[in-house]
Amino acid sequence: MQGGATGLAYRGRTASIGFAHGPFVRVDAGTNGERVAGTLVEEALALRSAIDVASGQIAELATIAGGEAAQILEFQVALLEDEDFIEAIFASIGEGSSADVAWRSALDEQIADYNSAEDEYLKARSSDLADLRDRVINILRGGEGQVLKIPSGAVVCADDLPPSRFLEIDWSSGGGLALLRGSPTSHVAMLARARGIPMVVQLGAIPEIGATALLDGESAMLELDPNAEQVRLFEKRRENHRKSRASARAILRRPTASWRGERIKLFINIQRVDDLDHADAQYADGIGLMRTEFLLTERGRLPDEEAQFAAYDAVLRWADRRPVTIRTFDAGGDKPVPGFTLDGEANPFLGVRGLRLCLARPDVFTVQLRALARAAVRGNLKVMFPMVTSADELEAGRKLFAEIVQRLQLDGIDAMLPELGIMVEVPAAALAIASFKASFFSIGSNDLAQYVLACDRSNGALAPLMDPLHPALLELIARTAEHGRRAGISVSLCGDMASDPRCLPALLNCGLRELSVNASALAQIKRTIDRLSNGGGLG
Amino acid sequence: MLDRADGQTFIGNVRLVHAVGMHARPAVKLTKLAKKFEAQIFVRVAGAAEWINAKSVAKIMAMRAAHGSTIEIKASGSDAEAAVAALVDLIATDFPDGAS
Repeated sequence: MQGGATGLAYRGRTASIGFAHGPFVRVDAGTNGERVAGTLVEEALALRSAIDVASGQIAELATIAGGEAAQILEFQVALLEDEDFIEAIFASIGEGSSADVAWRSALDEQIADYNSAEDEYLKARSSDLADLRDRVINILRGGEGQVLKIPSGAVVCADDLPPSRFLEIDWSSGGGLALLRGSPTSHVAMLARARGIPMVVQLGAIPEIGATALLDGESAMLELDPNAEQVRLFEKRRENHRKSRASARAILRRPTASWRGERIKLFINIQRVDDLDHADAQYADGIGLMRTEFLLTERGRLPDEEAQFAAYDAVLRWADRRPVTIRTFDAGGDKPVPGFTLDGEANPFLGVRGLRLCLARPDVFTVQLRALARAAVRGNLKVMFPMVTSADELEAGRKLFAEIVQRLQLDGIDAMLPELGIMVEVPAAALAIASFKASFFSIGSNDLAQYVLACDRSNGALAPLMDPLHPALLELIARTAEHGRRAGISVSLCGDMASDPRCLPALLNCGLRELSVNASALAQIKRTIDRLSNGGGLG
Repeated sequence: MLDRADGQTFIGNVRLVHAVGMHARPAVKLTKLAKKFEAQIFVRVAGAAEWINAKSVAKIMAMRAAHGSTIEIKASGSDAEAAVAALVDLIATDFPDGAS
């Protein structure tokens, strides 16, 4: 299919199934192309304003972060306030450089200088400068503080995309994501699957052309400026996919799934309240995982109690009597949140993230627990803590939660302590599962796999090693399920494995009877369980 | 040590006792303090050819002043004398917190 002036096709790897036909938009195609330079005056003003915005953002981060992080950030602010340094950049703009080019070359020069230092301390400063460089460039490109201007239904193409930028894009009219690098196991892939946005990764090099694009998540193909024949074939594949989904959906209307006579409970994962609008969501047995990180980024500041309570209450009302499991803030790792997560951790996946971060930041955690305690009286709420390593952490969280409930009640506010459980995603927790006094366990197979297999899940080069069916991972899942069965504690699995039909036989054989999947995968998973139960193959 | 060089310019010198030399945190403190003064203030590692603007953190960092080196300071302008005294004090007392 390759060749010709139009109709180029590129193949990558599937990250999220679905189809998109729309305008082709590159969002970070190198240093030129994404920003049209204005006049000298406009460029100078653009840089001045970007520096002011960056300076404000960093100062705010420094205030919230405190301690050593604040001192590192102060250096960035000082650099932005360094007239000698900044004037040289404006001089370069005066000589005809665009704002981003002038800024980048000045910062790159500094970075190279620091990198050449003998001193490790000075070398380390170069990453601060790279951070500052990218922050200002992002602002110049309109990426930070302002919503990306992307036409609705577009096929968005980027080298890679951090989750925060995915969330800035309006996907309400569909569209798709085509990444030149990226990984099917990244967080952004998870977000795309949850939203039913087709996504293809590892497309390699793509020329800077294309007005429209076809993106087929199933066959992992991106076609640029397609000809009529390509569009016809694409529409045919889309129609086949739709029919197959329609037949799967018919299964949803049937009563609960079962396997070998045992009831299999199927819950859904949601990232935000809007995910409940998915047509299939109503067929779920409840919500197995409500992520709450969206609350942290939605308004550009940490959420207040009322905003959180409103979100939790809306989900509980939707669920009626069905259980709703809400996970407390799981920030950190590859989900940085300005003003909340720590900057400059050498290895954030093994750093202060999940419950660790919440316990370190009672100011933020308390607000969430207050909102949850108030929501608990409104429905069948369960609360779980992410990234738990030791039983002490669960107990520390429980103690704080109980104190908050008591304080609310003393103030005459309706509140109660909901059932408390933990995510099982740290191998130590899976191995010492009996040490946790939890009301339920939810296996976070994505992180558990990453930690057991020692593979960064966002690193595409390791994708072949990220085998969800690795016996070590299945062993930990089976142990957790077995413990739950013996102790009469419910155990579910809410990672990507649950949404992957190929993993289902293994999960059922491990003893799992509760799965939580994206609403978009619910029909297919139910159909697969149905087929397996009837002795058939994978659906 | 503080000397009056001529009508407007004041100079001073002080040993850099900070364990890691003139790095980000001290450099930020030094420039912040320097900016509080109207005077033009310059610093250099003793014997270096070039005087550096004490209000530019990028240039102060680039100076790469090592632990134990002597820093020379000169300032001119209305509050030059106070500026030199303040910077000498800051460096001599090893950039205490809250000093800037």
